[in-house]
Amino acid sequence: MTTTRRSLLTTAGAAAGLGIIGMPALAQGAAGKVVVIGAGFGGATTARYLKRLNAALDVTLVERDDRFITCPFSNYVVAGFRKIEDITHGFDGLRKAGIKVVKGEATAVDTAGRSVTLGDGTKLSYDKLVVAPGIELNFAGVPGYSEAAAEKMPHAWKAGPQTLLLRRQLEAMPDGGTFILCAPGNPFRCPPGPYERVSVVAWYLKNNKPKSKILMLDAKDAFSKQGLFQAAWESEFPGMITWISGKDGGKVESVDPASMTVKSGFGNETGAVINVIPPQRAGAIAQAAGLVAETGWCPVDPLTFASAKAQNVYIVGDAAVAGAMPKSGSSANVQGKVVAAAIVSMLAGKAVDAPALLNICYSLVTPDYGISTTDVYQASADKGITTTPNAGGVSVKTPTALNERKLEAEYTVNWYKSITADIWA
Amino acid sequence: MFSRRFPIAVLAALWVLPMAASAQTAGPSGQAMAQTCYVCHGPDGKSAGPIAPLAGLPKDHIVRQMTEFKTDRRPGTIMNRIAKGYTDEQIVAIADFIATLK
Repeated sequence: MTTTRRSLLTTAGAAAGLGIIGMPALAQGAAGKVVVIGAGFGGATTARYLKRLNAALDVTLVERDDRFITCPFSNYVVAGFRKIEDITHGFDGLRKAGIKVVKGEATAVDTAGRSVTLGDGTKLSYDKLVVAPGIELNFAGVPGYSEAAAEKMPHAWKAGPQTLLLRRQLEAMPDGGTFILCAPGNPFRCPPGPYERVSVVAWYLKNNKPKSKILMLDAKDAFSKQGLFQAAWESEFPGMITWISGKDGGKVESVDPASMTVKSGFGNETGAVINVIPPQRAGAIAQAAGLVAETGWCPVDPLTFASAKAQNVYIVGDAAVAGAMPKSGSSANVQGKVVAAAIVSMLAGKAVDAPALLNICYSLVTPDYGISTTDVYQASADKGITTTPNAGGVSVKTPTALNERKLEAEYTVNWYKSITADIWA
Repeated sequence: MFSRRFPIAVLAALWVLPMAASAQTAGPSGQAMAQTCYVCHGPDGKSAGPIAPLAGLPKDHIVRQMTEFKTDRRPGTIMNRIAKGYTDEQIVAIADFIATLK
């Protein structure tokens, strides 16, 4: 069915037939059994919207932790104007929505036999599987870096203990020290994230350790909201942040935790605090299940986010190759709704609607200075996911009487409340 | 984009049909598009503020606001950029669904 699904979906006449051939043998006594791996932005949204769209579905959400700590707003924990508790979300709301939340680590998937194996040996059968594992950090992508090295040079690119470690290091940093951030090449989780991080770190340093400097060593020559970030750095923290692009030698060659040194084409730089964000790939279970391409990410049908590698499997969020959509919480939330609708339709033997896709990424430069980028997307079997022309884009370059930066700072906070309520409340 | 493939008259006829009929249209359903609004405007359009709550807004109001954002007659921060991503027909479909939220 893999080769015919795309053409079927795009052909109105054939769509009616999809129900017959697309209908799997359902697990006994249920409207359909769906297992979701991962309770982050993508997975939890999918689970929730599956139940919203069809309360009779049997939905099991597998998650290794008792709660989810969001990467969005974790930069504000690093900068000290949010607490880790503010970005930690339990699963009671998901349970109340009728979702079975199972604590465990998915270690294997039998896509032919349609079952997921957990670390304790439990097997969960499914009619449809949603894989939303987020990212795995590729420590080996930076010579000298490792999981152990991250205890000295944090990545803080998965929110939790690493976030708090980076916060503690920043608090202990002497005035006049250098904070170094090493940013990865594309693609990676949260494209504006490293630039937001140096912004709010600069805000903290300006107010507490004003003699300090920030050096950003980047594998790339361009980045998300670049013009807005660089203008803000100049106006809010003049002279504090230096960004070195890849072509100017910013790509890190190696790191040495013992001497707290980063080697790049720019030279050997020693930092008081060094934040290394390594390259990334789809979460481990996606690799174990054979859902990744050579790139390390999961190719999908752009119309339904069905895996291009296995039947009855869908990929949501950072792990998916989603064309023009960035790896963001908003993208994952929107994709989760697409997958939920697709699964509900497929299980009911109905044609699948075209996906509604959109992304919004707010970033704070300071608690009172917000900027955004947004896009609306179109999906087609032949062109994949592309941005809708003449729409979207970044915040206005020059603020007007509207006071856009302040307003967008308020909207950033509201966005977080809204999206987290949509997912975990 | 989708309106180019389907005559506007056909889409217009589909709006008056129940939601289930949206499965037959080429573009995303009003419900599917509206649910993406929740990213900022909150689940079922219930926002904690200051982003405007959508629940309880009448259809005509939503269509008018979205159209004014789309044509830059109403100043805004992000909605102008977002509204430009939808056809007039899609805006009506979104508003039809939003108007059902209590």
